[in-house]
Amino acid sequence: MITESDIEHIAELADIGISKDEVPEFTTQFNAILDYFEVLDTVEGESAPDAGIVNVFRDDEPRPCLTQEEALANAGSTENGFVKAPRVM
Amino acid sequence: MAGTLEFSPDDRYNAFITTCSTAPFTDGALAGTAVAIKDNISTAGIQTTCGSKILEGYVPPYDAYVVELLRKAGAAIVGKTNMDEFGMGTTTETSAFGPTQNPADLSRVPGGSSGGSAAAVAAGLVPMALGTDTGGSIRCPAAFCGIAGLKPTYGRVSRYGLIAYANSLEQIGPMARTVEDVSRLMSVIARYDPRDSTMLDRPYDHQPSAEIKGLRVGIPEEYFGEGVDPRVGETVRDAIGVLEGLGAETVPVSIPGMRHALAAYYVICTSEASSNLARFDGVRYGPAVDTRKSWHEAYQDLRLELFGAEVRRRIMLGTFALSAGYAGRYYAKAQVARRNIHQDFERAFREADVIAGPTMPTTAFRLGEKSDPLSMYLSDILTVPANLAGIPAISVPCGRVDGLPVGLQIMGRQFEDERVVDTAYAYEQEVRA
Repeated sequence: MITESDIEHIAELADIGISKDEVPEFTTQFNAILDYFEVLDTVEGESAPDAGIVNVFRDDEPRPCLTQEEALANAGSTENGFVKAPRVM
Repeated sequence: MAGTLEFSPDDRYNAFITTCSTAPFTDGALAGTAVAIKDNISTAGIQTTCGSKILEGYVPPYDAYVVELLRKAGAAIVGKTNMDEFGMGTTTETSAFGPTQNPADLSRVPGGSSGGSAAAVAAGLVPMALGTDTGGSIRCPAAFCGIAGLKPTYGRVSRYGLIAYANSLEQIGPMARTVEDVSRLMSVIARYDPRDSTMLDRPYDHQPSAEIKGLRVGIPEEYFGEGVDPRVGETVRDAIGVLEGLGAETVPVSIPGMRHALAAYYVICTSEASSNLARFDGVRYGPAVDTRKSWHEAYQDLRLELFGAEVRRRIMLGTFALSAGYAGRYYAKAQVARRNIHQDFERAFREADVIAGPTMPTTAFRLGEKSDPLSMYLSDILTVPANLAGIPAISVPCGRVDGLPVGLQIMGRQFEDERVVDTAYAYEQEVRA
């Protein structure tokens, strides 16, 4: 069973805001969905890497890319050619 | 014959988020053909929102590779189509830009998440469109609106420039009124691109053939069982009868892993989404975050305001499914279930060349009918197996129930998109004749 305080905690972990009104609704919906997920307890077999899969590598050579102006064109807040984000500390 | 296409559609179904009144085009295989693009595929200079307020006003500085290929082939990019927010829905109702109506019945949803693309094609506003399919998002709206749509084999079409939702499942694919046009569009977009490291160099160059004599069509019992409207099942069985009339033979097959498919799918897609959607924080694109607030407060306020409820629900579900103490029970088990389903299909494809069944268990829902998330998820049961297995699957119109379109789904072996197209083409040619 997922409780309302679990839902608030998950929202916090995911940096997803949740309004007070939504908490009971999300809790009910989560419990219904997780009940349904219980069918996975009956899955048989062990986790094993797929055979025949190869990594795709390339040499680390410089190639054309976006200009600084293009890269910043959609940023809401910039300063001296950098994007500006909220304070971490 | 390069030029400019004037495009001012009567968009009464709300199929588009953005339209381009003048669309330039060049010479090529699709010269002057109007093509609509789902709004989660990047288009240089044209707003791309994923149906979300969190990307309102975002104008990509580059084209997705499929869009670059379309422009080179002469297509006129005439607009961006409505969709469930970030592809998270089966109805197109979770779009921040309002629901799309189904041209076949205005009180019904067009399906989703590529509902705008399907409605635009079904209404005749464009002859073809691109959609994306993570768990049925091309095939479901194709079935509900009465058009054709192909989810290609995973790794056959470049995802470069597709705004990611669940990378291990999703593919871009063609939607059109006829299978022939689906095939034409597929020929343009299925080209190798080293920038998508999950691609294989298997270009699609194919003229559909209606010759299916001797084709072995697998019929999985799970596709006609509980939850499938018997009238939809009957309509699809009649369509399979048409294939038999053309010389195909049917063989019973079984996909026992289907009982885990939906849970496995929702664990995997929400887990991938919880990581992918972390980038939407109002720093590099979209409406700006308040940089005066502290980090967590600023992001939580922005994401509460600009993400819809279904997107936040899925991010939270994925965060939970991957969290310490639960990842073994959910994510790891889902991966085992996924491999089992893949093996079920491999086994079935030893007996059958293609597998056929309904695309959706019912016809199109009424607008507002699927208000409970779990009941909406359950309607994806017949489409998610192809995404989990990475195999190609097409939906082709095969009749109506109560006046609403029904889709015949045909799945094939990995990289046998051509055979899937041929089977659908043979059916379509026969019923049109």
